[in-house]
Amino acid sequence: MIGSSVLSIIYLIGSVTFILGLKMLSRPGTARNGNLVAAGGMLAAILGTIFLYRVDDQPLHNYGWIFTALVIGTVIGVLAAKKVKMTAMPEMVSLFNGMGGACAALISIVEFSHHSAMDGMVVIMLLSLIIGAVSCAGSIIAYGKLAGKIKDFAFNGQHIVNLFVLGLIVILSVLLFTGISPTILFYSVCLLSIIYGVLFVLPIGGADMPVVISLLNSFTGVAAACGGFLYNNPVMLTGGILVGSAGTILTILMCKAMNRSLKNVLIGSFGGSSTAGGSTGEQGHYKEISLADTAVVLAYANKVIIVPGYGLAVAQAQHAVHELEKLLEDRGVTVKYAIHPVAGRMPGHMNVLLAEADVPYEKLLEMEDANNELATADAVLILGANDVVNPAAKTNPASPIYGMPILEVENAKAVIVNKRSMKPGYAGIENELFFQPKTSMLFGDAKKVLQDLTASIKEV
Amino acid sequence: MEYILAFINQHIELIYIVILSVFLGVEVISRVPSVLHTPLMSGANAIHGVVIIGAIIVMGKADPENYLALFIGFLAVMLGTVNVVGGFVVTDRMLEMFKGKKK
Repeated sequence: MIGSSVLSIIYLIGSVTFILGLKMLSRPGTARNGNLVAAGGMLAAILGTIFLYRVDDQPLHNYGWIFTALVIGTVIGVLAAKKVKMTAMPEMVSLFNGMGGACAALISIVEFSHHSAMDGMVVIMLLSLIIGAVSCAGSIIAYGKLAGKIKDFAFNGQHIVNLFVLGLIVILSVLLFTGISPTILFYSVCLLSIIYGVLFVLPIGGADMPVVISLLNSFTGVAAACGGFLYNNPVMLTGGILVGSAGTILTILMCKAMNRSLKNVLIGSFGGSSTAGGSTGEQGHYKEISLADTAVVLAYANKVIIVPGYGLAVAQAQHAVHELEKLLEDRGVTVKYAIHPVAGRMPGHMNVLLAEADVPYEKLLEMEDANNELATADAVLILGANDVVNPAAKTNPASPIYGMPILEVENAKAVIVNKRSMKPGYAGIENELFFQPKTSMLFGDAKKVLQDLTASIKEV
Repeated sequence: MEYILAFINQHIELIYIVILSVFLGVEVISRVPSVLHTPLMSGANAIHGVVIIGAIIVMGKADPENYLALFIGFLAVMLGTVNVVGGFVVTDRMLEMFKGKKK
């Protein structure tokens, strides 16, 4: 009896640490401690459950199995988290998220197998199963896409098929309550949810992947909260719902930054149309610039603004760009970074990368400040960013990215674009910026180019 | 329909928690600077790993003879652990980088 009261208090403390943790995570100064606070609460809740949880006054058993699973999971988790490169962080988060979703779906499967009555609990199990399975399948696809293992794939009428699958899931779930072969229906719902998760993410282009991961993250939160109902467990409920609502807000913030509606995300239609409708087909002429010329332009500028994008992340060039920035600063050039909220593959991706290279905070400009300062810059150096500087977002209503706020780099005196080739960016559309008279192209891998630039500027 | 009404009645306190938590989550998150979005998403990702508690309960009350339930439970606990541990460690790694440059 004392044990279960203690457990209740542990759960209470756990819930409070999650709230505090999230709160502290939202301030730069306290973020790291916030993460530790939440982790501490989690550890207490897990240990408390193992030793103090009672089913009909009986303690839990199968400790051997539980601890083996915990140890294996911990080893895999620590190794994966320690080994992953900072650039691969988004896909890692996606993969972890998928595992949480799978966990929720598996719990539902076991609970359903020894649950006989048709009551409200079955609704919760179904919800947890559907959301968990969609989140798991979707996250694995998102991981595959970000890791470059799965290509974009869309077919005509994709969102009709998606809606059909979704409808089928709902119909089968309702039928389940008639009590006719519920087990078969339950597993059919599980299978369909996995299919839906795959279909839902498959056509979405990489530029929209941050939105998808954030959305799936909040899905898993809701699935975890369903577990809170199943076991009447407040810590699962608060933890899950907090993540569910926080993830939704984050998703909406991202949607706003990219001018998408959440409805479009849910129907899974946005990426597909952007590959189809965007290309103008007209290439135009672009001019190339040599390394030596770039070095001169940068070295003699008063103010240079660097626009980092995914290309910088892929090339692992965050340290190289910091070297270049320090060198230019030593020569008296003001250097700043213009950070688009969705540059890279996740919101804040660029901030994390540049932080890794010790770039000072005050050098990072958020979009609004950046747009005010761009007009005063002598040169803008774009490193592997494309869609976030595409003027079509302002000028071409037919463009799939029309309306997305962009960095207005064309206001600067000169624009130098570093890319690996003329291939379109992730949204699959041409960028007229590259063909403007002010713009010069500097082809090559971002890291190599930056190192060579640093060497050339030293000689100027 | 009566399932749902009965369910709501039985769990009214949990439903209050849900509603309050929704507003709490919104309040806490909407003030985050965009610099912290990625670590925050990752931290939230670790927190929803709390689902592992359900997996532990499933495992702990499973009949030791029921190998299917044990196997599925085992898988669930393992995946949940990866989610929790990996999530917190990755978040810590990201935030570690923010720390040094505040001086």
